[in-house]
Amino acid sequence: MTEPLLALHGLQKRFGGLAVTHDVSLDVMPGEIHAIIGPNGAGKTTLINEISGVLPVDAGRILFDGQDITRLPLHRRARLGLARSFQITSIIPDFTALENTALAVQAGDGSSFRFFRPTGTEARLNAAALAALDSVGLAHRAATPAGAMSHGEKRQLELAIALATQPRLLLLDEPLAGAGPEETERLVALLRSFRGRYTIVLVEHDMQAVFALADRISVLVYGRLIATGSPDAIRQNAEVRAAYLGEDDLPLAGAPC
Amino acid sequence: MSLTLLLVQGLNGLQLGILLFLIAAGLTLVFGVMDFINLAHGVQYMVGAYLAAFLAAQTGSFWAALALALPAALVVGLVLEFLVFRHLYDRDHMAQVLATFGVILILNDGIKALFGSAPLQVPMPEALTGGFPIMDGLLYPHYRLAIIAGGLATAALLWWLVERTKAGMLIRAGATNAPMVAALGIDIRRLFMVVFGFGAMLAGFAGVMAAPILSVEPGMGDNLLILAFVVIVIGGIGSVRGAFIAALLVGTVETLGRSMMPDLMRLFLDPSAARQVGAALASMLIYIAMAAILAFRPAGLFPVRAA
Amino acid sequence: MRAMGRELPALLLLGGLAAAPFIGFGEGYMLTLLARMMILAMAAVSLSFIVAGAGLVSLGHAAMLGFGAYAVVILDDLQVVDALFVLPAAILAAAGFALLTGAVAIRTSGVNFIMITLAFGQMAFFTASSLSGYGGDDGYTLYARTEVNGARLLDDRLVFHFVCLGALVFTWLLCRMLLASRFGRVLRAVRGNPMRAQALGFSPYPYRLTAYVIAGALGGAAGFLFANATEFVAPAYISWQRSGELLFMVILGGLSGLHGALLGAIGFVLLEEWLSHQWEHWRILFGVLLILAVLFLPGGLSGIPAQVGRMLRRD
Repeated sequence: MTEPLLALHGLQKRFGGLAVTHDVSLDVMPGEIHAIIGPNGAGKTTLINEISGVLPVDAGRILFDGQDITRLPLHRRARLGLARSFQITSIIPDFTALENTALAVQAGDGSSFRFFRPTGTEARLNAAALAALDSVGLAHRAATPAGAMSHGEKRQLELAIALATQPRLLLLDEPLAGAGPEETERLVALLRSFRGRYTIVLVEHDMQAVFALADRISVLVYGRLIATGSPDAIRQNAEVRAAYLGEDDLPLAGAPC
Repeated sequence: MSLTLLLVQGLNGLQLGILLFLIAAGLTLVFGVMDFINLAHGVQYMVGAYLAAFLAAQTGSFWAALALALPAALVVGLVLEFLVFRHLYDRDHMAQVLATFGVILILNDGIKALFGSAPLQVPMPEALTGGFPIMDGLLYPHYRLAIIAGGLATAALLWWLVERTKAGMLIRAGATNAPMVAALGIDIRRLFMVVFGFGAMLAGFAGVMAAPILSVEPGMGDNLLILAFVVIVIGGIGSVRGAFIAALLVGTVETLGRSMMPDLMRLFLDPSAARQVGAALASMLIYIAMAAILAFRPAGLFPVRAA
Repeated sequence: MRAMGRELPALLLLGGLAAAPFIGFGEGYMLTLLARMMILAMAAVSLSFIVAGAGLVSLGHAAMLGFGAYAVVILDDLQVVDALFVLPAAILAAAGFALLTGAVAIRTSGVNFIMITLAFGQMAFFTASSLSGYGGDDGYTLYARTEVNGARLLDDRLVFHFVCLGALVFTWLLCRMLLASRFGRVLRAVRGNPMRAQALGFSPYPYRLTAYVIAGALGGAAGFLFANATEFVAPAYISWQRSGELLFMVILGGLSGLHGALLGAIGFVLLEEWLSHQWEHWRILFGVLLILAVLFLPGGLSGIPAQVGRMLRRD
């Protein structure tokens, strides 16, 4: 049996009196796309923030490839190979698409305490950055300032940035948020192309996309994990159905694809 | 260093702390509620002192001057808010720093143009000219005790306003989470105007009280402004309680440091070197204290702002 | 190519400064004014490096000049007057102060950072005032200008003019190079989106502190020149008002690039020079202009073409 790449053991987090993460334990296996779904306010983004190191947890342990990273700050976890995208697009607006991505390449390429050589002439960085942009279909927009891109392009750029760090685990927080139908289609195709190449934890509201993409799905309700399993198993799960009662965005009937 | 001297310096430190608190209270609320950095808060203190000097000369009475100076300081504050500050709420801190720096230049030189650069004297009120025997053969001036008492009373009033009234509740909520208060349908700009005017009046009050014991001169607010900054950084931005404790701390450390440091240095150095090193160390003391506190608590002693 | 176009006014100004002594601005008073202009521009560029480059709005940059200037004073008092020792001492003193105070200040951000740099600047000011051995408040008159390897090179006004110009150009090019490097890219990224930079694995602190120390070192070098330009140093040179003025130069010029600080400093000195001859209480006008500039020129002087362009397009 392979070891999980990411293992959560009994995570706890309270905001004031409210338990937003309640005894969450979860394994993410290498190479799988593991989706986390749940109704609004279930604590999905909080969980991503805990895994990536934006928020400290109150109790519990986070193991990444066997190493305890529970107390490591965000930037140290990033260096171990945890890359994340943000629900609200997080790019550097003054930078061009290429520079945004090249910065990510630079993060994994030795020390950044290099003072003399202009980054514009760093062919290796720029080639890798361009390759990452190309893999999300943005190569033609390399010279565009990120702040001037369309929403869908920014979401793609965010993915390119995450890929450019050559991550071992991708944490994607609602990569489809705010995208129109065509953009969504493009992004889903893109994410599908990642399957098998990257280990991904995916938080997403678009259930069509989740059930189309995920190898396994975990369901979070009020900070508590109520089920983990294959898309089919989750579809059949009575407790999940009850939790989603009244919400019509869970494609409980037939599979979409 | 006798016990008497220590007591006197302790009281002087308390009195400086009280003045600092009156200045810092308005500043910390304005910071807290609007995330607005106002360098010109120190000139409000100067304006208060000059109003006291001018009005005392006109009316011949310190008390009349006090009574008239407070509303006048409020008006000056509100006029500045209307002309300059309200156009800066949406701008970044740098723009706020510079524009309020401009206000300092205008008021400092404006005062110079009106009153000249020579220091003015404000006579002490007749009733408070005496001293209070705190020890054999040692009188502590009534007036300085009155400053301490007046300041403590104002602090108590402020505590009541902030902790026990509806406006105070809004101010506290605004300091913790301004967008939330705005979302409740409260006109945050009007709230700010009130806070601002009130803060200007408090600083003016400090200026009036300080006028009889300090020299009233252009630029007198600038140094106190920076001490007030140290106070609110130590206390935690937006926290009135933090400002109170930090003000007393800074006032005492500053005063005791200046009087004791040269003597302390004599233990290690020859007298002339001790005087110089002592004076230099004394002037660094509160900043070192600030650095030490921030090293352990970067958001100050009583952080308010929600993460 | 566009970057070149934006920097053109600054390049023209530098050309003008190089030509100035030969086209009718060669007499003493004018050269003194020009030296002051170039030294303040050097300080403003180093401040702009951390403000525009790293988002560190320091209101205590004058203290860096102060450390440089007082290093000259203290060594002068010890009769060490050769630039071989004095210049490195000035740079190290300022860089050391920047390292110590920056280590605390950079742990904070926003308004706290502004106030803490201001407070540390004030600490330097009061310390300088209390140094009665070096004149205290009244200041200290240098015995002579610093020598260069035993030669009294800086006494020649023309040589000094070009030393200042060279230092300014060096500062500008150095800061420009740093911002274009990997190091600078991380700095700019942290300024643009700190969370993103951290999520990529960059801890902002060491980058910001390094930048702060570099800016401090350059400020120290400017302080060395300042002391030599006036042959006199007083605490008033490092008051917080001076820090405010330096910040004003940076904003007046605009934050779109380091060239803005150059324009801003020169504009500032010219404005000050002109206004102070008009009226005794010229600071009132200066304050009004400052407020108007903040309210109506958000892009600074170097942003005017873009601003005019936007207005024309709107019509």
